[in-house]
Amino acid sequence: MQEAIQKTVQRTTIPFGPQHPVLPEPVHLKITVEDEIIKEVVPALGFVHRGLEKLIDIRDFHQMIQVVERVCGICSMIHAMCYVHGIEELMKIEVPPRAKYLRVIWSELHRIHSHLLWLGLFADSFGFESVFMQFWRIREKILNIDEATTGNRIIVSVNVVGGVRKDLSQDQMRWILDELDQIEQMTTQLESTLFEDYTVKKRTIGKGLLPSRQAVELGIVGPTLRASGVAQDMRQLGYAAFKELDFEPVTENNCDCWARCRVRYREVLQSIDLIRQAISKIPAGEINVKVKGRPQGEVITRVEQPRGELLYYIKANGSKNLDRLRIRTPTFANIPALFTMLPGMWLSDVPVIVLSIDPCISCTER
Amino acid sequence: MLENVVSVSPDTLAGEIAKTKYEGFRFVTMTCVELDADTAEVIYHFDRDFTLKNFRLKAAKNADIPSISHIFMAAFLAENEIQDMFHLKFKGLIIDFNRTLYFDDNAQTAPLCRYTVSQIKSPEPESIQNSGDV
Amino acid sequence: MKKMLGKIIASTRMKSPWILHFDCGSCNGCDIEVLACLTPVYDIERFGMVNVGNPMHADILLVTGTVNHRNKKVLTNLYDQMPAPKVVIAIGACGLSGGIFRDAYNVVGGVDRVIPVDVYVPGCPAKPEAIIDGAVLALKKFEVLRQQKLAV
Ligand code: SF4
Repeated sequence: MQEAIQKTVQRTTIPFGPQHPVLPEPVHLKITVEDEIIKEVVPALGFVHRGLEKLIDIRDFHQMIQVVERVCGICSMIHAMCYVHGIEELMKIEVPPRAKYLRVIWSELHRIHSHLLWLGLFADSFGFESVFMQFWRIREKILNIDEATTGNRIIVSVNVVGGVRKDLSQDQMRWILDELDQIEQMTTQLESTLFEDYTVKKRTIGKGLLPSRQAVELGIVGPTLRASGVAQDMRQLGYAAFKELDFEPVTENNCDCWARCRVRYREVLQSIDLIRQAISKIPAGEINVKVKGRPQGEVITRVEQPRGELLYYIKANGSKNLDRLRIRTPTFANIPALFTMLPGMWLSDVPVIVLSIDPCISCTER
Repeated sequence: MLENVVSVSPDTLAGEIAKTKYEGFRFVTMTCVELDADTAEVIYHFDRDFTLKNFRLKAAKNADIPSISHIFMAAFLAENEIQDMFHLKFKGLIIDFNRTLYFDDNAQTAPLCRYTVSQIKSPEPESIQNSGDV
Repeated sequence: MKKMLGKIIASTRMKSPWILHFDCGSCNGCDIEVLACLTPVYDIERFGMVNVGNPMHADILLVTGTVNHRNKKVLTNLYDQMPAPKVVIAIGACGLSGGIFRDAYNVVGGVDRVIPVDVYVPGCPAKPEAIIDGAVLALKKFEVLRQQKLAV
């Protein structure tokens, strides 16, 4: 009897989720703990799976833009951009330069909003609610810009095959620059709180280690990889207008939750800088071209999402419906990181570590 | 227009993949495309310094495909997903959800196949339910 | 005495309803708008609403997104655990009818296929203003339900 009790105390499996206060989305982790130390984890997915890849049979390739935008609401603009890049490559469409710059501006606005959202949620995961509120207050400014320039706060839907749907006027650009100044100032005010506070350091430094060699081996992408010291950013591919802009991938060498937080924080400032550059260099001209014909062939396009590398595989056969659409989202690549990060940590660190890879479950499962 | 495409067969797959790993490639993902009623194509994507390398594997739907998850651990999720959606079977998967990654017993199997998948004797609903608790 | 206590409890629940947010298969667009409602700019807390994680504490269930085959059990579980009277708000085109995902193979449809819904908030994503409007409507409904409960 005594033995049996001991045994159960030694190894217990704890279900985490699907409905859990710190997780904005339903994901289920089976966590095996010994005492309070995590020994192994097995994720269980499927709570958000809808089957978007199959919708290509019903919707034509123009309508699919609206569908891929709703793979994930947080980075909807970037999903659509990746998709239209693929279709444009298949149909050999040359996008006007102004449209390329506009795409950069909106995609960087989305990156800022996603990172600010994450910084807030991350602060909330270790119980720092006032920082959460602050970051979300800053984020509202970005959403205001989105709403004023495109008509919707979150799903902006600016991309069409062959360009973009909306233009920015001179006034709007000046206003965006003003707002960005404020956003930058408000964000830098929070820097010391987030990175020098004793309690925050205690909760994040040394938690969820992911050494860089392992990170590469597991195929980790995005800020999670860059926080392990690997400078890999898909924007270096130079899609849209990124090859004409000047930037360096942000890296940190700590490999822990603190470093991941730091990378995202610095990327907010980097994106602000990129938008400033884009606005200063934007050429005049058309914003979209007329599209005729239908896509045919196979193509892979990759862009950098706030969470990492996003890959679309498109196969088209010259009809109005595509043959196959495969979406590989960054969280899908980052989930294996949890196998390395979680074992050996305390059970109470699970929310912080899980959140540190910025999981987006609706992306993962589509 | 995929660049760097290498065709492989189930026998040479493991060797090629291990070589790619040795050369310092990073596993990106796998894509499965249905070709016709009996064959599907699995494409493996790898990346090194922003260039992609792809392996194409033509596989009969009713045959087992060797898993590469013991070489690239990250492949297990993609392989499980393909099992769910195309009703293929990967042999030697390190974490096998047994076609329950996304679906439960009452959902349809192999939703992304346009043709029927009658070659494989699909398991009875009860047996899926049992394996769902694994 | 007991009746009076019941009255007091019921009216406090009315003044400060606690909400439970469940995301079943949404694209996150509506989720983050629900979360945005809790933050200073929109501040749903001025109606006394607090977001809780435990269904047994909750009076209002906010559901975003479509129901799929796997999460419908989770949703009914949560609903069953909530104490009566309870109000359900479905948010976004997805929550109302399945929205853009209606034709996808793993989608059951709107929230009302699984549990009764009292307030529908349209939009894709629904704006925070609309969500607050919906919450206020739900409060009215909650009051009616409370009266009914007191009457019996
Ligand atoms: S209604 Fe629109 S924004 Fe909301 S979850 Fe559905 S697709 Fe996303």
